[in-house]
Formats: sequence, structure tokens, C-alpha cells
Amino acid sequence: MNILSVRDLTIDLIGKPGQPGLVENVSFDVPAGRSVALIGESGCGKTLTSMAILRLLPPEMRISRGEIIFDGLDLVTASPRELRAVRGGPVGMVFQEPMSSLDPTMTVGDQIGEARRLHLGESRAQARAKARELLDRVGIANAARRLDSYPFELSGGMQQRVMIAAAIACDPKLVIADEPTTALDVTIQAEILELLRSLQQEMGLAVLLVTHDLGVVADFCDEVVVMYAGHVVERAAAQPVFANSMHPYTRALLDSIPQAGRARMPLKAIAGRVPPAGEFPTGCRFQPRCAHAVPGLCDEPQAELEPEPGHRCRCVRVGTRELSLQEAP
Amino acid sequence: MATTTIAAAVPLRRPRRATLLRVLLRRPSFVVAASFLLLLVVVAVFAPVIAPYDPNKQVLADRLQGPSAQHWLGTDDLGRDVLSRLIHAADLALLAPLISVGVAILIGVPTGLWAGLRRGWVDAVFSRIADALLSLPGLAFALAIVAVLGPGLVNAMVAMGIVFAPNLFRVVRGAALAVAEESYIESARAIGCSTARIVWVHVLPNIAAPFLVQTTILMGVALLAEASLSFLGLGVQPPDSSWGSMLEVAYQNQYRAPFAVLPAGTALVLTVLAFNTIGDCIRDAVARRRSA
Amino acid sequence: MSTTVIVRRLGGGVLVLWMVSVITFALIQLLPGDAAEAIAGDYATPEDVERIRREMGFDRPVVEQYVRWLLQVLSGDLGNSLYSGRPVTDLIFEVAPATISLTCVAIVIAVVLGVTFGIIAAIRQGSWVDRAVTSLATFGIAMPNFWLLMLLLLPFTVMNNWLPATGYAPMSRGFGTWLSHIILPATALGLASAAELARHARGSAADVLARPYIRTARARGATGSWLISRHVLRNAAIPVVTVLGLHVGRLLGGSIVIESVAGIAGLGTLAINALLQRDYVTVQGFVLFSAVVVVVVNLIVDLLYGWLNPKVRA
Repeated sequence: MNILSVRDLTIDLIGKPGQPGLVENVSFDVPAGRSVALIGESGCGKTLTSMAILRLLPPEMRISRGEIIFDGLDLVTASPRELRAVRGGPVGMVFQEPMSSLDPTMTVGDQIGEARRLHLGESRAQARAKARELLDRVGIANAARRLDSYPFELSGGMQQRVMIAAAIACDPKLVIADEPTTALDVTIQAEILELLRSLQQEMGLAVLLVTHDLGVVADFCDEVVVMYAGHVVERAAAQPVFANSMHPYTRALLDSIPQAGRARMPLKAIAGRVPPAGEFPTGCRFQPRCAHAVPGLCDEPQAELEPEPGHRCRCVRVGTRELSLQEAP
Repeated sequence: MATTTIAAAVPLRRPRRATLLRVLLRRPSFVVAASFLLLLVVVAVFAPVIAPYDPNKQVLADRLQGPSAQHWLGTDDLGRDVLSRLIHAADLALLAPLISVGVAILIGVPTGLWAGLRRGWVDAVFSRIADALLSLPGLAFALAIVAVLGPGLVNAMVAMGIVFAPNLFRVVRGAALAVAEESYIESARAIGCSTARIVWVHVLPNIAAPFLVQTTILMGVALLAEASLSFLGLGVQPPDSSWGSMLEVAYQNQYRAPFAVLPAGTALVLTVLAFNTIGDCIRDAVARRRSA
Repeated sequence: MSTTVIVRRLGGGVLVLWMVSVITFALIQLLPGDAAEAIAGDYATPEDVERIRREMGFDRPVVEQYVRWLLQVLSGDLGNSLYSGRPVTDLIFEVAPATISLTCVAIVIAVVLGVTFGIIAAIRQGSWVDRAVTSLATFGIAMPNFWLLMLLLLPFTVMNNWLPATGYAPMSRGFGTWLSHIILPATALGLASAAELARHARGSAADVLARPYIRTARARGATGSWLISRHVLRNAAIPVVTVLGLHVGRLLGGSIVIESVAGIAGLGTLAINALLQRDYVTVQGFVLFSAVVVVVVNLIVDLLYGWLNPKVRA
């Protein structure tokens, strides 16, 4: 059962109708209780997609097409009241830079309890009591005293724990985490991810993890959605994506990971650059950098095909099995 | 063997001031404000030619009339034509602020440069004095100075200049501090530039922008202050008159001729608005260039 | 706020006040002509002038005069008016309530109107509301406050009799009476500051609204008045509070002219009359008193800033 279903999501800049969508025809599902990774390089649209789910896009952008079905409700057409009921309640969100994503003039305790006051009508005292429990749960020592701390008094890792505590304050069904560890030290990253994982198991949460770090994905996520330049290019369960990636971009991405033990070998980079927003190629957007591109075929808009059950890929050549990237056994 | 000239390969750097002006001229609000001020200058210079009547000619039979064909802005309590008086007082509207801003520049800029560039105890002392002066309400302090110097337009404007000086001092000091931190000052010293040269070539162009912004705004404030002081009888002394003293006359007669307060006040507002607009435009233009 | 910070601020304030005392004292020393002659008056004989000179200590070295004067001031004695002979302190405290009423109401009007409209303009950035507020604010900053009062008087007093024309009514005569006398002058005085505060508040509120933590709050379901009152207001107020002290000083200065137009017998009127009567002792007392008020207000504003901005408290 999918707690979140995104179908054909397209995001545009208002006032530029001719320009191809920043995010186009993005579709994926998040099953209840499972974790899904949304991965891609900077500029691929993964953050925009995650923001769009709770309708938090900046004012100059809008959703021009598509559905976002959360628990039966289409968030694209939902009324402001319905949206308000979803945000912070059944769906919690964790943002990228905790230092700037927390209100500097509000205590940590008040910020964690805010969702409970808004959604459950709790008083300040009640919300603080729950906040204290949550601080404990996310691993912050001295919870009682920390309730009255301000964000700037905490380290980056602790601030992110506070964000997570605030996101799960109302026992959500889905937590969207937008690059939660990118701004943190490597050692802290592992702790935060471990925290997310334990919370997921304990509370039966579904997690949508937006990240560019493949290592994170391998450890943590059940399913993977790969994005490039505003398109979903591949999606499947985690294991098949790593063992048997289909789309040339995913393959190139995995190949470019530096491997320990392979010193003195040149790193395999992907030639070329991600196209900027106004300059997306028609048809397959990876085409200019793809080693297997075929003019004509690859210029057409690529439909999403399913060459193996549960493993979808947006590449005509791979989808029709004309091209296979598998290494010969 | 042909010799190649290097000069052609190096692009000439356009002087900074010219480009700023060009940017400003593209903004309609700047053009309007600057044109208004230029118009005011013209009016002030050619007042005797432009004004329809002698500003001091009293025609007691025609007192306190409203706007009419003969007197476009009506007459005051002594039958004098308001429009002509307005025109003849335009020069003061420009000169009075100039006096106070000039005094403020004379006092504030050298001290600000010194404090910002040399630092040390000079900076500490000057900054404390500036803090103390700034804690006095401006008009109150000006009043005290006028008490010492005696009433009169020049005295009042000098008093305002002294009130403004700490303001300008702070702005110049802040800008100079920022420039002093830059490494090109160190390089200049390292190659033996004298302090004077460093100030002239490197520091002044870089503090020009905040200085200009502050100065134009101070012009507006000074004009309002002159109006206030002249209204109170401490500024311009009879038989001279400024827009501020004209307002006082209108106020005295507000029950008999309520709308007589409009001409001088409107002239003041428009002029201050022009100064402020220019200051805002310069500030925006510089901010935009910095982020470009 | 930690005690060390408070003590340091107080120390700074005391230092400023000391410098103000030096400046004020020096100002009177710069009077053209002889102070003793001025006090003695036009009909004094040379012996009278000498006597006064000795009595008032004008023949002592300047530094000694200053110290004596400072001690006198610190004990609460601002000297006696040269005009009426009454203690200056009495004169000041007689008229201070009027000026304080005027200035306080003006500040309230300035802050309430300015911050409210600034935040409204920031929320509706780019709309006609925003443009209207910004234009009105730009206009308001350019207006002479006494002219604004004259304009306000036109409909309310000159042409109709809705509000009293002049004078000040102390609270003892009833809140309504007090308010009806003070409301027009205070509005005229406060509107220029309101305009500037509106511009300032709009900028800082617009900046706050673009911050990531507002997006986080919205992601928790906060909207409308909850969002504004809990997240925007405090953060936007912080930069505005820093200029509040400045505005108080300006309002005190502006009140001098307003009092004249409104016929309010306040500190400003006292000072002007003293000036015209060459009553330097009173002028001196007035300047000192104003400075003390401004320094105290700035201290309060600093404390307010510390309360608003937790980062400063440490």
C-alpha cells in the first residue's frame, strides 16, 4: 500500500510557458513503512520535487501538472485547510541546513512542540512535555534543560536531531528528509542516519530520503528513484539498482564512485555538465553525455518502460532491450 | 623586426564615476528628482526674471487672497504675492542645506578618515565624542548652539552642521575602516605610496558611495531643520524669508486663510523628496553593482 | 541579559553623559560677551558686575568652575533661571509631563503604525498594498512634521470643531480630554518616524520571510497570524529596535516645533523662550535633561534588544 504516490509531476517557472519544465513527468511511489531514496546530482530537481509534495515551492514556481496522492488525498488540488492539516501532522519534513532552518529566536522546546499545538491543540505545557520525550528519543542528553536552549547553542548534529524530533512530533506516517546530512560532518552523518533508521523501524514510518550520496542510499533505503535534469531516469528496489543498473546515467554514476583499494587508477568522471534549467535538450536529457546515444531515437521524448518487473527505466534503447549494459558474465 | 605595442592589448578602465552616473540615469525616479533640483537651481538663479511680482511689495488691500488669475498661489497677510515669494526663497532652500552639509563635511570627513584609517586612541576619542553628540536630540543641540551664536540663518545652519557632523563622521569612519582592511592598501604602502596618495587614489573613491548617499539625505534633513528653525524665528530673520518662515506666516493666519499653508509646505516636501530619492537611487545603484 | 553586559552599557551611558556635560559647559563658556555682565543686566554698575563675578565664581579657573558646576548638577541643582530666578529643575519638571506625553504617544503611534504596515507590505510584496505603503512612507519621510500638524488641524480644528486647537490637558482632567488634546500633535510628530519605521520593517520582514526557518514553520502547518506573531514579528523587530533609540532622540527634537504649533507648554517651549530671553542657565539645563532622557531611553532600548535577540544575551 503506497502512502505517497506521485504521478506525472511537472514543475514550471511562472511566466515562462515555453520553457521545458524544471521537473517533468516525475512519478514514483513511497510504500507505507518503507524508505525510498530520491537521488541525483545538484540541480536534478530532487529538492524541488520534495518541496512540491507539501506545496512549499518558492512563489515563482508552480505545479503545472500531475498528482501527489498522500493517503488518498491529492495534495495538488487540496484546499489550504487540508494542506495545513497534512503539513507537520501526518507528514513531517526535515530540511538540509539545520542552522538556518530553525528559528533563531525560539527555544528548541517550543519549536518541537509547535506542530502538536497546531495539530493537536495542545497547550504550551503539554507540548513541552512531549518535546522533552522527543529530545530523549532522538538522543539529546539533558533533555529537560535543552528545552530552553536556542538553536545557536547547539552543534550541527544536535540541531538536526531537533529538526527530526519536530518532524516526528505528531507521529507522522511519512517523513520527507531533504539531504539531512549534507551539511554535517561525516561522523555525525552516520549517527543521524542511524537515528532515522531506528525511528523508521520503531514507528513504522515511511521515509523519503533526498540525497546525492550513494553510500547513504546503499545502507539505508529499500527503494531507489534516480533523477537527472528534472526527469526520473530509473527506479527500482535498492539491490537491483546497485547490482544491475539499467540507465546509462545510473551506471555512470555508480562507476564514478571512488573505490578503496584501487589506488592510482583514474577516476571515472561523466563527461560534460548537467544542463542548466533553460537549456534542457528535447527528448532524453542525458543524451549529450551518454556514451550510447543514438541520434533520432534519443531525440524523442523517452517514455518510462519496465524491462524487468519492478525495475523501471526511462531509456528507449534499454527499455526495449536493444541495449544492455550488463557486463558479460 | 616589428615591435608590438602592449598598450593596445590592455583594456582601459573607465572612470568609476562616469559609470555610476550612467546607471543612475537609467532610473526614472532619479531623472525626475535630479531634473526637479536642476529646475530649482534655475528658478533660484533667475528668480528676479521669473517671478511675476516683487516679493516684498505689500498691497494691503489684497491681503490673504486665495489663488486667482492675478496671484496663482494667492497673497499673504501683507498682500504680497505668494508665488513670487516662493520663487525668491528658492535660493535659500538650496543654500541653507549646503551650508550645514558643508560644515558637516568639513568637520566629519577629515576626522572620520583619520579615525578609520589611523585607528588607535584618536579613533577612540573621536568615536566617544561622536557618541556623546549623537545622544543629544538634534534640534535641542542646535538650539543650544544658536543660543550661543545668536539667531540667524547662517548661525542656525552652522549649528545644524555641527549636529550632522558626528553622523557623517560615523559613515566615513565605517567606510574607511572597511577599505583599510583591504589588502590593496597594504600593497600600496609596500610599494611606497604616501598616505596622502593612498587616501586620494584608493580610499576616497571607495567611500564615495556611502558618503554621497548620506550627504544627499542630510541635505533633505537640513532643509527640514531650516524650515523648523525659521518657523520658530531662530533661522532666517526678517526682512529675509525662507519657505519655513512663510509657513509661520501662514500658520498665524490659518483661521482666516486655511489653505495658505499649502504652497510653502508643498515646495518643501517636493524638494526634500527629491533629495531623498537621489540618495535612495545612489544607494540602490551601488548595492546592485556590488552584487553584480 | 548578563550583568557584565548591563554594567558595561551603564558605564558607556555614564561616559556619554559625562561628555555631554563637558560639551554643555563648554558651550556656555563660548558665549560672546561676559557672562557676569549678561547676568547683571543692563543697569548694573561695574561694582555689581564684579560682585556677581566673584559670587558666581567666574573669576576662578575654568576647570574649577566645571567641577563645581558638575557637582552641583549631580546633586540635582541645575541652577536658577536668569529670567525668573526660579530653580531650573522646578521649571523643567513643571513642563516635562506635557512633552513626555507627547513623545510617548508619538512613539506608540510610530511603532504600531510603522511596524504593522511594514510587515503587511512585506507579506504582500509586489502588490498594490506594498506599493501604496512604500510610496506613502517615502512621502511621509519628506514632510515637515509641523506642516503635517497644520494640515491635520485644517479639518479637525480650523474648519470644524471636532478637536481642541491648542494646549495640553494633563491626565488629571480625564483620559478623554487628555487624549483629545494630544492626539493630533502626537500623530503629526510620530508619522515621520512611522514612515521610516515602516520602510525599515518592510525590509527586515521581507528578509525574514525569505529565510529557511519560515519554510520549516510552514512545513509544520503554521500559517497566517500564527506564523506572523510567532516567527516573523520577533525576528523582523530585531533590526527595527536598533534604530528605535535614534527615533526617540529625533522625536524629542521634533517635539520642540510641534509644541510651538500646538500651543503646548512643554520643554521645547521652555527652551525657546529661554533662548530668546538669553536665559543660558535654563538652556543648559534643558540640554542636559534631554541628553539624560535620550541616554536612559537608549539603555532601555538596548535591554529590549537583548530580550528580543537571544544571541546577544550570552
